[in-house]
Amino acid sequence: MDKLLYVAMSAASNMMTAQTTHSNNLANVDTQGFKSDFVQARSMPVFGDTYASRVYAETERPGTDFEPGILKQTDNPLDVAIKADGFFTVVDDQGQEAFSRDGGFFVDVNGFMRTHSGQVVMGNAGPMIIPPYETLEIADDGSVSIRPLGQGTETIAEIDRIKLVNPNTQDVEKSLDGLFRRKDGNYEPPSAEVEVQTGFLEGSNVNPVHSLLSILSLSRQFEMTMKVMKEAEDMDRASDALIRAS
Amino acid sequence: MHPSLWISKTGLAAQDTKMNVISNNLANVGTTGFKKERAVFNDLLYQIKRQPGAASSQDTNLPSGLQQGTGVRTVATQKMHSMGNLQITENPLDVAVNGRGFIQVAMPDGTTGYTRDGALQVDETGQIVTATGYVVQPAVSIPATAATITIAEDGVITVVDGATGLASQAGQVQLADFINPAGLQAIGGNLFRETTASGAPTTSNPGLNGMGAVLQGTLENSNVSVVEELVDMISTQRAYEMNSKVISTVDQMLSTISQNL
Repeated sequence: MDKLLYVAMSAASNMMTAQTTHSNNLANVDTQGFKSDFVQARSMPVFGDTYASRVYAETERPGTDFEPGILKQTDNPLDVAIKADGFFTVVDDQGQEAFSRDGGFFVDVNGFMRTHSGQVVMGNAGPMIIPPYETLEIADDGSVSIRPLGQGTETIAEIDRIKLVNPNTQDVEKSLDGLFRRKDGNYEPPSAEVEVQTGFLEGSNVNPVHSLLSILSLSRQFEMTMKVMKEAEDMDRASDALIRAS
Repeated sequence: MHPSLWISKTGLAAQDTKMNVISNNLANVGTTGFKKERAVFNDLLYQIKRQPGAASSQDTNLPSGLQQGTGVRTVATQKMHSMGNLQITENPLDVAVNGRGFIQVAMPDGTTGYTRDGALQVDETGQIVTATGYVVQPAVSIPATAATITIAEDGVITVVDGATGLASQAGQVQLADFINPAGLQAIGGNLFRETTASGAPTTSNPGLNGMGAVLQGTLENSNVSVVEELVDMISTQRAYEMNSKVISTVDQMLSTISQNL
């Protein structure tokens, strides 16, 4: 029996895997701060005593697209978007620092500034704690200043600066909870270069046209491998007939 | 079966939720004191199919792994407590809160509800009530002989007796504020209810302690921006279509297997 069938099978199952990633990108086309994942397939020849004609495919996720997403104006003083490169720093479930591009914040009942998934936002001097305020301003460099409740316009209190980091994107990867972390787990110091824009939210950077086209073309490729599998079946049947004839 | 089916299903469900939020916002574009909502999405957890850095043989490592997302979920529908436009109505019992603060009303179950809808009325006993008939707290009675009602910026309600022409103070509007107004639970009827997320209310007279001033003869319109909602609606519809296209494509693939093999 020729192993053609197995090569075609590996191709088909890898196309399904690639499609899963594309459909996840497309499902998150409206998720704020979402960064799309790349998909790539690698050829894996099987070497041995014979000619390496069997080349299996293997799908990989080589990384994440760190291009900025589109900015959507919301006019909410607690919505901030990072202008170019960089990340906000949040505290994850384990109490460790992780990076996020989601800048839709709110202030909880204890004054902690949180993202909508509940992670506390880090400032340069620890978690961001906002006292009761009447107006809140986030400056371009991430500095948060408030007019405390019941105070006049002349009393502006500077709270802290949101911890903005700018690690090299090669050192950062997306973790299982969708947050970004340094691959080596090292501490990332705040960066002074990162600028934010208040009243804007960063949308998803998924290119819906590209995702949809990839899905469609993968679907056609999948049909072609099905055709190959059908051919393999026909060939096997033919050799089967030969054995029977003799 | 192909995981893309369920991933796209989460995408459809999220866009569906967003459409509900948009249509509710648009339906309430003329509701006094209405605060718009927005749907907030998050990516679901990721699954490791192949660990990057794992050994591919005794001496080599996998250079890059395979980690797949599982879709999207709606984490919150967030109320946006920005101020709506003020509309002058000249009606003496219409009040708008210019700034922070909610008008308190007594709910039928004895709890306190909070509203930004200042279209007030007087019921048959002379008490100031909301359009739904709930008594504004602290309760204020307007005498039957009152000819004019004046509500000052600090909430003091003065009535002038029609027969004697004497002015007297009938009461004062008090406002309540929360540290996180977005955490209030909207219960319909333009009313909000206190939750643990919003924190306990702090009450104060209008214009003091950070509360907004009360403006008589004015109403606060809905803060829904029609253009924004319509643009959102277009993008939601297209995102929905694309996710359903994925489902039909995957369906086609699965049918290729079952028909060709």
